[in-house]
Amino acid sequence: MRAPRAAARRPAPPGATGSKSGLGPVAKRIQAGDRRALARLISDVEAGRPEARSVLRELYPRTGRAPIIGVTGPLGVGKSSLINELIQLLRSKGKKVGVIAVDPSSPFSGGAVLGDRIRIERDPDDTGVFFRSMASRGHAGGVSQSTRDAIRLLEAFGMDVVIVETVGSGQVDVEIHQIATTRVVVVVPHLGDEVQTLKAGLFEIADVFVVNKSELPGAERAAKDLRELASLSVARDGWTPRVVPTSVVERRGTEDLWQAILDHEEALHQSGAGERARRERAEQELRELLLERIERMAREELADDTAWTSLLDGVVARETDPYTAADRAFHELRRRL
Amino acid sequence: MPEGKSAAPTHGAKGRPIRVLIAKPGLDGHDRGAKVVARALRDAGMEVIYAGLRQTPEDIVGAAMEEDVDLIGLSILSGAHNVLIPRVLALLKARKASDIVVFAGGIIPDEDAARLKKLGVKAVFGPGASLEHIIETARGLAAKRAARA
Ligand SMILES: Nc1nc2c(ncn2[C@@H]2O[C@H](COP(=O)(O)OP(=O)(O)OP(=O)(O)O)[C@@H](O)[C@H]2O)c(=O)[nH]1
Ligand SMILES: [Mg+2]
Repeated sequence: MRAPRAAARRPAPPGATGSKSGLGPVAKRIQAGDRRALARLISDVEAGRPEARSVLRELYPRTGRAPIIGVTGPLGVGKSSLINELIQLLRSKGKKVGVIAVDPSSPFSGGAVLGDRIRIERDPDDTGVFFRSMASRGHAGGVSQSTRDAIRLLEAFGMDVVIVETVGSGQVDVEIHQIATTRVVVVVPHLGDEVQTLKAGLFEIADVFVVNKSELPGAERAAKDLRELASLSVARDGWTPRVVPTSVVERRGTEDLWQAILDHEEALHQSGAGERARRERAEQELRELLLERIERMAREELADDTAWTSLLDGVVARETDPYTAADRAFHELRRRL
Repeated sequence: MPEGKSAAPTHGAKGRPIRVLIAKPGLDGHDRGAKVVARALRDAGMEVIYAGLRQTPEDIVGAAMEEDVDLIGLSILSGAHNVLIPRVLALLKARKASDIVVFAGGIIPDEDAARLKKLGVKAVFGPGASLEHIIETARGLAAKRAARA
């Protein structure tokens, strides 16, 4: 499964997929900074194409070191604008930044309008930034896998920091807390918004709270309330969520936000919580990948299966209850697989 | 993905949803038309990357490549189409990305439209073009592109 170690290899013959680096041609192009190759590979990853998986296998050992910053929060609070500020700040420090902005697909048409790019002002020739919009495409579980994979590709491409924007509503489309190393939750100063945010379960996942649009009235109050809530909540691994007021219109707070993110990353490192979280994320991903395969295997096995059809007939006719039918199907599947 | 009205033709290269960049180069500040088209294409099952106003040709081509789109739709009302659109085409060519299909909409006189088409713009829509017509044309262009890939 893993790409062979470089030390154990001899130069590959021309045309072979291997090379001195142990990478195939596509992986090599990604590492060499070929933007078009990266863009296309992200598309392949999103479409779940098997060719993409083989490139990911090759690149996997070279990933996992960059901080992954999840930026989430309700619609229109200024997530993309803040990311734009972070991009400018990080570029001024010489850091390369990859961004993935996820927006929901329409459940009706499957289409999407992906508008986060509007807020990004950058030199179009700056190769130190790669911004990609992704639609959630509706299939459960699949989104987080393509997001995980796209993050890895951005890192293999040479990005020092990867930022992922998602809309955090009641149903968090992308389970960002299972992907990011630092989770930033953005709110704005309006009474009620904070409550909504808490209800949506965003409070529990935040490592850093941003009160954006803090030039508006009520900002100080909102920050104070959040700080109180944060201090009351149980500190996870010695980290109490930080509260950072920002204002994109007044260009304030971005440095503080970045510092809070760095402090959190450092705290993860010091306490050993980062290592545990890494293991949890790996287990979560493995479990999802495995479950996906088991489910597919079961579906394929049951499609057009006569035993399954007659079980179903029995349930529809109310001759068998669904619990008994599921038991029988399960035992039958286990016998066969 | 849920079944769309016509699932097959909404797919672009490699069986994924058609991806379109909608951008508005030039200095005029109206993007109502571009937004209406963006929403119509979304409702037709496409993924529309909306890049917004005042985009330079460099911004547009950079975004189109990063987003790996099938199509670029340029909305122009300012009369600068004779400069901006050829520049987009030239940049695509220079970056070996001429496989990305360009269409344009806005106020573009017939003789200019003919010239732009000669340069490689695949469709030009006037202000009276129906959304159905734009959707069907975009689908057709994406299907042709997918067949070439
Ligand atoms: N007053 C004020 N407006 C802001 C600030 N930051 C962003 N905005 C505005 O808020 C609006 C939404 O900003 P975005 O950055 O698109 O917000 P978002 O959270 O990414 O939005 P979605 O991705 O649609 O959920 C825009 O009109 C911004 O100009 C701020 O600090 N103060
Ligand atoms: Mg946004």
